[in-house]
Amino acid sequence: MEILNYFSGIFIMVGSLSIIVGLLGVYRMPDFFTRLHAASVIDTLGAMLILSGLIMHHGLSMISLKLFLILIFILITTPTAAHALAKSALHGNLRPLKGNDSL
Amino acid sequence: MFEIPTFIILFAMTMALFSAIIGRTVYDKILAVNIFGTVTVLFIALFGFLSDRPDFLDIALVYALINFISTVAILKFFEYGDISKSSTKKEESDI
Repeated sequence: MEILNYFSGIFIMVGSLSIIVGLLGVYRMPDFFTRLHAASVIDTLGAMLILSGLIMHHGLSMISLKLFLILIFILITTPTAAHALAKSALHGNLRPLKGNDSL
Repeated sequence: MFEIPTFIILFAMTMALFSAIIGRTVYDKILAVNIFGTVTVLFIALFGFLSDRPDFLDIALVYALINFISTVAILKFFEYGDISKSSTKKEESDI
């Protein structure tokens, strides 16, 4: 059980780090679609690592079942929301930057 | 053990709200609000474990669902100008 606690600590710290990396991308990227790409790191990697770290820390119970349900919901809904956002931005005449455009 | 990730996530919530304020287009603002919702779900889960009372996970579950619904509804409103109108009906009215 001791090694599982170490692993859960590592998972939660790496998840927090990936949230910071995603926010840095949202602030620094030049284009809306690249910003959307950076934000998807928060929604998938950060949420997955933090919630699975909490599940490992707590062990099997009703609470870890609820955490698992939150994980499943987030993994289904946030890529759908990102896809809808990209489609809506394309319909709203927001074009992605090409390679030879000036930033 | 949970203190540092909770503070990092609080910082992330603040920065997501700030990004929603300074966003250039409406899509940037919607993206920032979506990030804020996801990070809030993680904050609720982590804060329950920090205070040794993880009873708030139901609220996190409901918040994850409401976040998705609100994002899709706002996007549909900005894309079609109406929440209840479907895309096929719009093409029919054009004909």
